[in-house]
Amino acid sequence: MDDEKAVAPEAQKPLRRNLLLGAIFGMGAAITTALGLPALIYLFFSPKSRKQPEWTEAGDITAIAPNAPVEIAFHRKRVDGWKVVSEKTTAWVVKHADNAITAFGPQCTHLGCAYHWTETGNGFLCPCHTSLFSIDGKVISGPAPRPLDRYDTKVETGKLFIGRLRQSAETQA
Amino acid sequence: MKATLDRVAAWIDERTGLYSAARGFFEERIPASSGWHQVFGSVALFLVLTQAFTGILLAFNYAPTPGEAYNSLRYILTEVTGGRLIRGLHHWGASMLMVVVVLHMVQVFLWGAYKKPRESTWIVGVVLLLLTLTYGLTGYLLPWDNRAYWGTVVATNIAAQLPLVGPLMARLLGGEGAVGVVTFARFYGLHVLLLPPATMLLIGLHVFLVRKHGVAPMLGDENVPKKPFFPGQVFKDTAAIFFAFAILFLLAVAVRVPLEQLADPGDTSYIPRPEWYFLFLFQTLKLFNGPLEVVGSAVLPGLAVLTLILVPFIDRGKMVKVTRRTVALAVVVLAAIGWSGLTAAAVKSTPTEALTAQVDYSGPTAWIQLSPEELAGVAYFRQENCVSCHAFGRVSDGPDLSRGSIHRDAAWMIRHFKDPAGMRPGSSMPAAGLSDAQLNSLAAFLLRLNPDNATALADAPEFATQGALVYQSHQCSACHRVNGVGMTVGPALNGLARLQTRSWVIEHFANPQKLSPGTSMPPYRFSAKELDNLISYLFSLPES
Repeated sequence: MDDEKAVAPEAQKPLRRNLLLGAIFGMGAAITTALGLPALIYLFFSPKSRKQPEWTEAGDITAIAPNAPVEIAFHRKRVDGWKVVSEKTTAWVVKHADNAITAFGPQCTHLGCAYHWTETGNGFLCPCHTSLFSIDGKVISGPAPRPLDRYDTKVETGKLFIGRLRQSAETQA
Repeated sequence: MKATLDRVAAWIDERTGLYSAARGFFEERIPASSGWHQVFGSVALFLVLTQAFTGILLAFNYAPTPGEAYNSLRYILTEVTGGRLIRGLHHWGASMLMVVVVLHMVQVFLWGAYKKPRESTWIVGVVLLLLTLTYGLTGYLLPWDNRAYWGTVVATNIAAQLPLVGPLMARLLGGEGAVGVVTFARFYGLHVLLLPPATMLLIGLHVFLVRKHGVAPMLGDENVPKKPFFPGQVFKDTAAIFFAFAILFLLAVAVRVPLEQLADPGDTSYIPRPEWYFLFLFQTLKLFNGPLEVVGSAVLPGLAVLTLILVPFIDRGKMVKVTRRTVALAVVVLAAIGWSGLTAAAVKSTPTEALTAQVDYSGPTAWIQLSPEELAGVAYFRQENCVSCHAFGRVSDGPDLSRGSIHRDAAWMIRHFKDPAGMRPGSSMPAAGLSDAQLNSLAAFLLRLNPDNATALADAPEFATQGALVYQSHQCSACHRVNGVGMTVGPALNGLARLQTRSWVIEHFANPQKLSPGTSMPPYRFSAKELDNLISYLFSLPES
């Protein structure tokens, strides 16, 4: 860098200055990308998912009367970050006249409040903003944007097995 | 366009002064002698910022309590996309920061840049060095694996044995003699709550002082005009940063940072070692025994720090050329020789034998759950070179064996291995040259394959598959149980590592009666390699 000492800095050639500027910004951009891109991937890509148990036994349903919804509580395992948690959850189970079974997710599709079956209203009533759903989950009145969500279900020797909860838009599609 | 940008910039600058401040910073004039030797400070600052960045990212997926800490880090390493890279950057960044900070100090020392009026800049720098070491010490515990736990047990005991302040230090570090939840919380609090703002403040002060006094000139600088900091020196700093970052990134990508097993306070076989930059202290401690131990643990390190702080007051001579500073040069060379000697001695005293049995839990370890028969099947799978035609996850020359739909019962598979074309007309697979027992093993392994575990199982470490092979060929399962498979005439072997040392097991194979009088186990003669693989395999088995 002897030339630097000899020449007054003000007289530095614009070409040299531009090369230096380009190198500085180029290397800066490379470092920013090499750090920023992995950070974005780290934050926004979903982690490799662990296998969730697909079906959870939710109890005997032979005693359930047709067209009389019951709330069934059951424990299911859920992958939560680095843990697998066992948590209590519920489903509103309806046995239809043809013995087919529907299990609704326990939360109102409006803002997630827990709703209940009312004999008087002949429907599922949400206490928060009075959304009312029919026995097949359709919205009768209130602000709920879509029908009740349903669990995948299967029945083996009188026992109900509950699978994934599907958003009702999915079920209808 | 440019005019608009300029107007916006001027508008912002009028209200914040940001642009003027930045311009002032970059237009600083520095001595004509400045150059490549002064890049280390900028590189250190860059690495500190990178540590903060990657540290924050790790904290987003990390649960700071023992046990949870380990599991969440394992989650970062094995499940979070890019997690291994971020952890690698943080781990290697810490080591690089140590290197660069020391290089920075050596440069300042050699050039005598700490001389009047820059004494305070130097002292703040020494404090920053101590903070960097504290980062390393506290961060070492946070993975909460055996390495972290045992390293910290030693470190906290050293602190607890200090004269006068020892008991206080023990209480401050969260427990007399025991490393536990409180110690962990204190270390975490130091590492992420106390040290970062302290570092930022001191770096701010350090840079302010550098600016206040200007970059230290060299002899002869007074006769030449100063030069601007930007872009010449900024380019040199950036190039050095780029070079350092390239090394860091390569290390993070290429060198896997292992995660050992979860911290086990009952593991008596573990040989603790501190991080490499503390090894010289670790070795110094060995030179002093009994009542003199405090010399190695406190007096010498204390004197060293005190001397470092006093350097500007000891060396108060006039500025001379670097090449004339022979005493300073001798001090640096002697320190380097001493440090290297101590570190080398410490490395030499670290037994490598224990390390070969270590399982890296930062990778998928599904193979640990296999029975010895299934795991030996992996060895035969490799021995017969099956993978040259059967890839996992795709069809190559042969079918993808991880697909459940092609699985048949073991009897069919064994007949197929012996006579491939007979069972599957048109098959070009060669018959396997294995015994019935070995084919059983191979079939048992293949039946355990599914698309999720195939790679993890097939990647089982060599010592484990070879160890399982020895276990199988000597029919150990006729008496012993591993992972729930085998008889219970002898003891189950899961968790053997907790109960016995390696040397005990070796001796027990040679002479069972001597160590377990009345046992029905016959003596075994293994080759050294067989013995090593078998014991490493048995020691890697999970507790139950």
